[in-house]
Amino acid sequence: MKKKRKLVVAVVAALVIGAGVLFALAIKPSIDPVAKPNVALTPTLIAQGARVVALGDCVVCHTAPDGADYAGGLPLKTPFGIIYTTNITPDRATGIGTWSLEAFRRAMRQGVSRDGHLLYPAFPYIHYTKVTDHDIEAAYAFLMTRPAAYAPARTNELPLPLRFRPSLAFWNLLYLREGAQPAASDSPVDRGKYLVEGLGHCSSCHTMMGVIGGEKRREYMQGGVVDQWSAPALDQLAASPHPWVAQQIADYLSTGLAGEHGAAAGPMRPVTENLRRVPREDVEAIAAYLLSLQQPWRAPQSSAALSDLAQRIDRGKQVFAGACAECHDDGSPMRDAMGRPALTMSSAVMSPSPRNFVMTVHKGLAWPAQPDHTVYMPPFADVLTDQQIADLATYVRSTSAQPTPWPDLDKHVAELREKSP
Amino acid sequence: MINLNVNGQTQPLEVTPETPLLYALRDHLKLNGAKYGCGMGQCGACTVLVDGRPVFSCLFPVSSVGTREVRTLESLGTTERPGPLQQAFIDHQAVQCGYCIAGMIMRAQALLEQVARPTEQQIREHMAPNLCRCGTHKRILAAIRQVADKGQRLNAGALKERA
Amino acid sequence: MKPADAPVDKSRRAFLAGSGFMVSFALFGSWRALAGETNTLGATILAPDLPGDLKIDPILDSWIKIDAQGVTVCSGKVELGTGVRTALWQIAADQLAMPLDKFKFVTADTALTPDEGYTAGSHSMADGGTAIYHAAIQVRQMLLEAAAAKLGVPTKSLMLRDGIILSGDGRQMTYEEAAQGVNLHQQAKSVSPQGDPSAYRYIGHSIPRVDIPAKVTGGTAYVQDLRLDGMLHARVVRPPNASAQLKEIDTRAIETMRGVVKVVRDGNFLAVLAEHEWEAIQAMRALRERAQWQLTQTYPTNDTIHAVLKTLPERLYVTTRENNGPVKQVLSNASAASISAPASPTRSLAMTKQYVLHGSIGPSCAVAVFRNDMLTVWTHSQGVFPLRAGIAELLGLPKENVRCIHAEGAGCYGHNGADDAACDAAVLAYRTPNRPVRVQWMRDQEAGWEPLGPAMLTEINAVTDAHGKLQSWHHALWSTPHNSRIVNAGRLIPATLLAHPAAPASPAPIPQPEGDADRNAVPLYRIPSVRVDMHFVTDMPFRTSAMRSLGAYINVTTIEGMMDDLAEQFGEDPVAYRLQHLDDPRARDVIQRAANRFGWNLATPLPEGHGIGFAFSQYKNLMGYCAIALEVKLDKAARSVRIVRVVAAVDCGQIVSPDGLTNQIEGGIVQSSSWTLYEQALVGENGVQSVDWSSYPIARFPHIPAAIEVELIDRPGAPFLGAAEIAQAPTAAALINAIKRVVGWRPLHLPVARQDSPIFA
Ligand code: FES
Ligand code: FES
Repeated sequence: MKKKRKLVVAVVAALVIGAGVLFALAIKPSIDPVAKPNVALTPTLIAQGARVVALGDCVVCHTAPDGADYAGGLPLKTPFGIIYTTNITPDRATGIGTWSLEAFRRAMRQGVSRDGHLLYPAFPYIHYTKVTDHDIEAAYAFLMTRPAAYAPARTNELPLPLRFRPSLAFWNLLYLREGAQPAASDSPVDRGKYLVEGLGHCSSCHTMMGVIGGEKRREYMQGGVVDQWSAPALDQLAASPHPWVAQQIADYLSTGLAGEHGAAAGPMRPVTENLRRVPREDVEAIAAYLLSLQQPWRAPQSSAALSDLAQRIDRGKQVFAGACAECHDDGSPMRDAMGRPALTMSSAVMSPSPRNFVMTVHKGLAWPAQPDHTVYMPPFADVLTDQQIADLATYVRSTSAQPTPWPDLDKHVAELREKSP
Repeated sequence: MINLNVNGQTQPLEVTPETPLLYALRDHLKLNGAKYGCGMGQCGACTVLVDGRPVFSCLFPVSSVGTREVRTLESLGTTERPGPLQQAFIDHQAVQCGYCIAGMIMRAQALLEQVARPTEQQIREHMAPNLCRCGTHKRILAAIRQVADKGQRLNAGALKERA
Repeated sequence: MKPADAPVDKSRRAFLAGSGFMVSFALFGSWRALAGETNTLGATILAPDLPGDLKIDPILDSWIKIDAQGVTVCSGKVELGTGVRTALWQIAADQLAMPLDKFKFVTADTALTPDEGYTAGSHSMADGGTAIYHAAIQVRQMLLEAAAAKLGVPTKSLMLRDGIILSGDGRQMTYEEAAQGVNLHQQAKSVSPQGDPSAYRYIGHSIPRVDIPAKVTGGTAYVQDLRLDGMLHARVVRPPNASAQLKEIDTRAIETMRGVVKVVRDGNFLAVLAEHEWEAIQAMRALRERAQWQLTQTYPTNDTIHAVLKTLPERLYVTTRENNGPVKQVLSNASAASISAPASPTRSLAMTKQYVLHGSIGPSCAVAVFRNDMLTVWTHSQGVFPLRAGIAELLGLPKENVRCIHAEGAGCYGHNGADDAACDAAVLAYRTPNRPVRVQWMRDQEAGWEPLGPAMLTEINAVTDAHGKLQSWHHALWSTPHNSRIVNAGRLIPATLLAHPAAPASPAPIPQPEGDADRNAVPLYRIPSVRVDMHFVTDMPFRTSAMRSLGAYINVTTIEGMMDDLAEQFGEDPVAYRLQHLDDPRARDVIQRAANRFGWNLATPLPEGHGIGFAFSQYKNLMGYCAIALEVKLDKAARSVRIVRVVAAVDCGQIVSPDGLTNQIEGGIVQSSSWTLYEQALVGENGVQSVDWSSYPIARFPHIPAAIEVELIDRPGAPFLGAAEIAQAPTAAALINAIKRVVGWRPLHLPVARQDSPIFA
């Protein structure tokens, strides 16, 4: 009995201590509002901020489809529910107009709002925490000089336990390693590392997430899944059957199109649209760092032999002639005059997963918001049947340098139609 | 041989399975409604409805149609008895050369069958896949609004009977 | 559609040959028309003192025929999507005092209608409308007189109702009856009986266009919709650029493809004919994949073209206007270098424009059949008569054995691929007798082979007195031709590709005052000394030709930019500053009306990123007047420029169809804003690189102006002035002026709102 009592005491004590720790971790003080930004908003600082904010992709998440830039409201579909991004314009009532630099820096470093409540890690503070004080200050100056937009936060659609924000404190205990990590040197690789791991927060998409939504550190940059698109492994760029070189990576990041690999699609497209606005040296630095991460080729699992492969390829070829050839055929003007790569070189076609091929067929590549020379593809979700998409995928892949059919293709195609947002 | 259900009638067609719907409609069924503009899904001149969804017929292999119902401009009415959208386009003289208009009407039809009273912004965004080079946009929008403002979804069924 | 093989009417020429016209001189406005000369649209002037296009075909029954079947009115002008067919029909109806539906109206058919040259340059109402206006009322008068004689009553006592002649005593007579014994095969008079505008049922009223019902219900409305018995579908395969040579091609595998009837190869001309359209496309793709081309020439790029233009062979045309007198133009033999701009101008302004595409939504198409020695071509060409001459020359056929019939296509906005596609069809039908051939260009062929709207540079140096009053004006501009219309076979693309090619005629500009690249380069403003140097570049890196408003587009943009800049420099309101330099009351009127309706006031505070702009021009200084005021919103973060509101005031003389005119102005504003903000044909070392709408993006629904208001000024009884092109230039000018007010400096390179544009920096 004594033992038991001891145990109870121990458990109670642990709970009390845990609650205390949680309280200490989860309850943050409010930071006083300011009447106006408390840094000197010089043009130089604002211009530097523009670059920081572009590299941080802030506008991508903090802008709703019909909303004002940075006014938030974009629904982020997480495995746990829907989180709406918040207004980071300097609107005093609904944005960050009353935030001091200190409050802003705390949000970036610790994921804490000005009033002290914890932010969901959909906001990538575990990466932004690495950003230098100066860059944070510049971003603050830039954001505080954007047009203020009145846009109250929308209520997140999360299950009850997750609505209890203090629970995030435990998550932070596991994943947040607070503090700036400036580039170790001026070399492109170090600058690239600073950008990729901090502002760029590339691994939040390109690394698989664990059950509670943290990046699996041991699978760093080995690829992830976002909105049913695959965020390809970034440590296989050089080893893939059709390797990338630095110039192509930089082109891809800054134009959304790599001459020999294809066009940015899905959630990557807005990222490249954003990176268009940063200096070339930044995307070159990112490319340099990514190339420093390369690992030997992890050969994909081999697929079961398909008894009807030849028929599939035949049917796929037909679909291609009717739906795809006008643009993607050998000798088509889009290829000849505009120098677009053959589909056989596309990374989506050579990827170990059919996701991006199928998703691109479903959704196409939308027109940009403003008319400009662009890559465009119409969506085929309403056109082709699952069978046709699978046949098409099999045919196109059979013409590439990675001709083995994708494993479980039919299953993937059916699932993606159901799940794709 | 492929069976196509077009404007309420199922017809057998001597075409190869990959033939884009556009050519089956124009060349084999002798329908003028769908127009060739780009063949790349970029202009919308060829827009028709397949099971009520607006699609680019230029990139739509007939083999994909299956039993789905195809509707073209011709299903909406005739010169003597134009359908509501067709009449609205006449009322607003929403045509310059008119080459884009068939596709415009079909895309608008799809919206108005789904949404009773779309906003201006909704209409503009819905119509964005279709190009007009003559600059008739304002009138096209006004014609669509004339029907939209009636506040009732267009009825696909009634149109089917007419055809 | 029209019957295929009707006999060719040769009587007009025969009549003219026998009637011995006097060569006479006459002044029309500021331009002289000489008998025997060709007008700017390629038609020959036979009777210079007659109104409108009666000058080029003075015989009444070329325009109006009356026989047992009734009345037929003929026009050599064509419907290009402007509604002109209805407008011309309206004129005929009122002047004949007949309801629209009681007579036939036939347009542009070399077998049936007068040769009015091209339908272009906003001339259709001014020339074609005027001809019908006069011919119809003269014929009506002749019918009345004939009826009076037959009924034995005075002409004055007769009444007209719905095409019936009524006498006071209750007797009546149809036009057909009255016309018996009346010879309409005679020359029109230079003076017509006065019409009665108060009795007009059509002119001045917005009559629903006759072509619209078929277009919105899937009727046979376009040449693309023609389906003749036994018709073959053809596709051409074009070289990667105009200088490429076909090295080799093995066509055997293609000849056996499903549906293929034959493959035609002649030099660099490649085509395939098949039973069905999709079969033709698949064969075309296979042919394209097999064709190997040798590239023999490299081309300037978008970045280099303006520097290159200044170095190419050119002719210098100098236009002057002294003391606001007449405009004179000479071909100068002075070398370009010896002509210098004013030594110390008050202000200078230089602008550039890139190549642009007409960008018809429907790529060019034509149907042709060669049967019983007669070649008939259905085409959406703007000029069926010049096209006929070109095709006849190429095939070595007498002109009488070629008939070109206009059938509508998609809007062309100038010289696009229509004639070339017609020639493709003619060449292929000629080699495939008795089977109609339909040629449809693909999108990339239209983009790559239509003549481009020329890239240009303009430089203006202006001198004012100390108070800002304009003293002298020097405008230099560089451009390739804006008029490569079909004056010989060699101007047709297929003719240049054949193994025995025909050479294009050497380029010649449209002279002032209509102008070519120098269209509207002479400002309408009061300036004691004006000089325009047109560096007419004759060696075209890319084939260029007429596109809506020609050089006026950038000339007016530069002129109106200069006017704005000068107004600012001298602390004047830009609208007031323009008015200070204008005497023409109609010009003043449109400017004031636009400014008032818009509520023009530079002092009104605007939201952040907003700016207003104003501009004016009278098209060619002799056609419609148009003033534009607009407000833009520039959003740097979104990299967008949007027109928030635009007001246009226009004066096109007597208005025939108010709604039709409004439609044209609205369309012009939308199209010009798309050109000005976004459009630029991509050109590179291998030639034209824009092949589709992703490499040649234009405005879509989300990008068009939020509100357009058009104010019309009617001038009953005044001559018809053209409208279809008048909004292009002032829209662009007002847009740039407005953007300047937002960003604080003047964008000088068109287009201005591409994503890398400095206006967003
Ligand atoms: S023709 Fe189909 S979208 Fe242009
Ligand atoms: S009306 Fe001509 S393209 Fe739209």
